[in-house]
Amino acid sequence: MSTELTFDPLRLPPECQQLRREVRAFLAEEMEAGTFASNVRGGIDGAFSEEFSRKVGARGWIGMTWPKKYGGQERSFLERYVVTEEFRVANAPVRLHFVADRQSGPVIIRYGSERIKADILPRICKGEVCFAIGMSEPGSGSDLFAASTKATKTKGGWLINGTKVWTSSAHHAHYLIGLFRTSPPTKENRRHGLTQFVVDMKTPGITVNPIYQLTGQHDFNEVVFEDAFMPDDHVLGEVDGAWKQATSELAYERSGPERFLETFYVLTELVRVLGPKPDTRGAEGIGRLVAQVHALRRMSVSVAGMLHAGKEPVVEAAIVKDVGTIWEQDLPNKARDLAAFAEEVSANRASFEEHLAYATMIAPKLTIQGGTTEILRGIIARGLGLR
Amino acid sequence: MEDTNPVVDAATSILRDLADPQTVNRAKDNAWHGPAWAALEEAGLTLAWVPEKLGGGGVELGDGFAVLRQVGRFAVAVPLAETLLAGWLLARAGIPSPKGAMACGPAREGDRLVLAPNGRLSGTARAIPFAGDAKHLALLARRESGGAAVVLIETAQARLSDGRSMAGDPLNAVTFEGARPVAVKDAPVGFDGDSLMLMGAAARSLQMAGALEAILDLAVAYANERVAFERPIAKFQAVQHNLARLAGETAVAVAAAGSAADAIANAQSFDEAVFLEVASAKIRVGEAATEGAAIAHQVLGAIGFTQEHVLHRFTRRLWAWRDDFGNESRWAVRLGNLVASKSADGLWPMLAAR
Repeated sequence: MSTELTFDPLRLPPECQQLRREVRAFLAEEMEAGTFASNVRGGIDGAFSEEFSRKVGARGWIGMTWPKKYGGQERSFLERYVVTEEFRVANAPVRLHFVADRQSGPVIIRYGSERIKADILPRICKGEVCFAIGMSEPGSGSDLFAASTKATKTKGGWLINGTKVWTSSAHHAHYLIGLFRTSPPTKENRRHGLTQFVVDMKTPGITVNPIYQLTGQHDFNEVVFEDAFMPDDHVLGEVDGAWKQATSELAYERSGPERFLETFYVLTELVRVLGPKPDTRGAEGIGRLVAQVHALRRMSVSVAGMLHAGKEPVVEAAIVKDVGTIWEQDLPNKARDLAAFAEEVSANRASFEEHLAYATMIAPKLTIQGGTTEILRGIIARGLGLR
Repeated sequence: MEDTNPVVDAATSILRDLADPQTVNRAKDNAWHGPAWAALEEAGLTLAWVPEKLGGGGVELGDGFAVLRQVGRFAVAVPLAETLLAGWLLARAGIPSPKGAMACGPAREGDRLVLAPNGRLSGTARAIPFAGDAKHLALLARRESGGAAVVLIETAQARLSDGRSMAGDPLNAVTFEGARPVAVKDAPVGFDGDSLMLMGAAARSLQMAGALEAILDLAVAYANERVAFERPIAKFQAVQHNLARLAGETAVAVAAAGSAADAIANAQSFDEAVFLEVASAKIRVGEAATEGAAIAHQVLGAIGFTQEHVLHRFTRRLWAWRDDFGNESRWAVRLGNLVASKSADGLWPMLAAR
């Protein structure tokens, strides 16, 4: 049997490029107005800004593919792609709304109760709501189905007990979508028995403790649940059946532009520091990096086109994330090598060093978050018929 | 690209019947070349890119590129890609294509062929793929008086080195000393050696993408069949991860080459957007060829290193095709210089233009 990998070339339609101009103009205005600065000190890693997220919401750029009745714009997946990549490259402070827009909202639309949809989705679209994702636990990371934090049935709802870790943004989050054990796994299916819930973070019995990262930043948290009560209508999808819901949502998460552009600023600063007339080594290095990121982007845009057409390109999406995250992780090392002979003292050099140091330190997470390289390669191997 | 397409289907069916890599690899000689070529020519595929009024098939550029991907998938060892390119080049200047195999050049950056005012051709093209198997050559030359010209000439008018590529296909240095062409016409305005290099690089990118698809299939099938330590080696995680990487490199190659082909097929000229697409494709697909061939050989072990096994028909071509129409390093220097000349903040808008 032959393995067909499909990546049809896709040219973004004119409405996307028009939207791109609007987004760039908006970002330029906001930088001018001082809402954010597109550099390391301004929070290059997607900082948290209530003001910025509300302005983005007012533009209709959050939940833009969602139904209008929930506050969305019913615009295309490709238009959303353009907004995402422009924000990413500008290092815009999207942390407040990004997870809600990319993952949590779509899960709620697909599996949430009508009351939850009507309550939460319009507020996400306004840029008011921050979501966290509660998957990992002290005893389960990549192996999601080993989760042991319990949701026990009680009158009108569920009581949650246990601990989630590495929970990004939990200290800002209004809600968390978490995976909780509602039944023991069965002999036939070890994935059975887990249920997804929307957790209101104001619920009594929830404590958020900071876990500082190696850069000194506070993004990770430990979230402890002690008899935290979840009403029945906060269940997402099927009780005990979360495993059926887990994979389709990840195609969105895996193939987006944020999966290879997270350290893109290093390439921009490298071009700046090497100047308009680089030597042969510098020119070749830049040329290869540009070719690599161009190919990744074309591949990612192609997957966006497939999602747009209603397909579920699970293997293709996993490939984008595998190849893309390895590229963005290695970029700081390549840039460091190529800049070794650049002029030692210049304003550009200082800026390059600062960006490089930051990217080098955050690089390890890139092949871990949202599905490790090892997990992705397992998915690809399954797609190839090896498992 | 997977949609059924009569042109691609015709090519695939002929290649499967008359140029199957397994069969060809077992053959003692090249006797299969004749029937395979005759069938391709009969089906109009060799001159697919030549307009009907110039004696060709008048096929869309995109369909021709899709055929080139099949050329890679079958590791084709007859000058189908070369004749396609040659016919396309001749058609740029309105020169009708002759029957029979053609080769096309120059295919190395910096090679110069010069046309004297009396119409005689001189100079050396260092490495023209399949020149030794071609009856005619389609060439881009400079007029001594200035300007680019397209030249059709009989191969017999040239002195050829007896070189072979790593794949064993003819790869000849071609020298002219006052040779007399069959036809000479001015190249269209704006068409120069760069345009030919871009078209050739796109063609080779498609061929390499196809060959990577083929070695991915071979390696996956082998891993599922080959038993070691009492299970198929496909069940070992280390092997799975190697194959996942091969799939990744293949995917990048398919996406980059397909994007470059689409860019050329829809462009008015060989402009900067086409340059970005094609240079990126040739660089990245060339890198994928290097990585991919290494992984496939690792998975197939000793059997893949033999003449008996078909793998080498693909990997030797992957290695060789990297060098035709500009290798990765040469394209990278040019692309890097273009990016540097634009300022750092111009990089993203250039990438996001499509």
